[in-house]
Amino acid sequence: MSSRPEFLAPPEIFYDDSEARKYTSSSRIVEIQARLSERALELLALPEDDVPRFLLDIGCGSGLSGETISENGHQWIGLDISASMLNVAVEREVEGDLLLGDMGQGLGIRPGVIDGAISISAVQWLCNADKSSHEPRLRLKAFFGSLYRCLSRGARAVFQVYPESIAQRELILRHALQAGFGGGLVVDYPHSTKKRKEFLVLTCGSVPTSINDGHKESGSDDDDDDSEDEENGMVCVSDRNRPRKKQRTNKKGKGREWVLRKKEQSRRKGNDVPADSKYTARKRKSRF
Amino acid sequence: MRLIVHNMLTCNIKGVINKFPLRIEAEKVIKKEVDFNPDFLRHMLAKIEWKALVDGARSMGYTELPDHAPDTERVESDESFLKKFHHALLELHLEEGSLVCQETGRKFPVDKGVPNMVLREDEV
Repeated sequence: MSSRPEFLAPPEIFYDDSEARKYTSSSRIVEIQARLSERALELLALPEDDVPRFLLDIGCGSGLSGETISENGHQWIGLDISASMLNVAVEREVEGDLLLGDMGQGLGIRPGVIDGAISISAVQWLCNADKSSHEPRLRLKAFFGSLYRCLSRGARAVFQVYPESIAQRELILRHALQAGFGGGLVVDYPHSTKKRKEFLVLTCGSVPTSINDGHKESGSDDDDDDSEDEENGMVCVSDRNRPRKKQRTNKKGKGREWVLRKKEQSRRKGNDVPADSKYTARKRKSRF
Repeated sequence: MRLIVHNMLTCNIKGVINKFPLRIEAEKVIKKEVDFNPDFLRHMLAKIEWKALVDGARSMGYTELPDHAPDTERVESDESFLKKFHHALLELHLEEGSLVCQETGRKFPVDKGVPNMVLREDEV
């Protein structure tokens, strides 16, 4: 576990000049990144009408994932916090635009302009508190909130993540749902420790979508009840409901005034509410 | 940094109301040719804040954009407009300079075409 870069140093320090160069010159990493971003683009499910889209690459690093986007004919903006990584990207003359920025501070992007977002192995960094002012929950909230705003309706965001534990995965997923996203987790190769890859697929706006299942190895169809949810590409979030406040009611019930107030509230929301009459909230006769 | 990005960037400092657009202070502007794709331009035209684009292009020394964006239907036939739009949006790069928040005057430096949008701790 000590090989996880998140444990060693904050991203802007860990990815210094030498690490950035090492990262980009390793053919193994280049290949893995290309495969992951290819899969992320596939999950993004952009409409196939040959119109280039405007995408956001969060944690773009040296632009390896951006290259895949360019190859697919789309335009992109890359955001990263490591200046060294971005320097490598500039040297490699990637086609997208680059921004030096901290995703935990929120994305300063105008609402509704981005057609989709991908992020390869970046979001788990948000769960670390690298400075005294960092509060992971607030940073996740700022990130997902601002992302939700800048995506256009019906757009998707796909994050490939390496959560360190189940709690961390739930933390990320919970904040995404709180920000208003729908969606869930797609797990590729759930039974393999090495090949296993998790993608968080989030949709913006209430567009009915079905999330495709993760890739699986052939011949791994054992009857394992625990992994069934993961095979369906979903992770169960335990105990999502908060305990309800006990509603206090006296013997008389809530009364006509209360009912009228609630009906008025519902009407203001635009719901279809029956008209008020003398029967409204009237008690039934005891013989009923 | 191209104007398409400038057109989407806002000042992310906490409490700032007048976030958009950021003023461009250009020191070095370069041009890189990009393939012309009318479909993409039409797709983006609806999302672009026209005034910010015109002002941005002017501060980078390109003044040929019309003051008002033409209607989306008329754009189909207007090849010369699309060419200008394409040039301003995708081919002008702000290489060195800075972006300035209109409200607070905070400068975001642009170095080798990469704007530094990281905020200080007291700005978050």
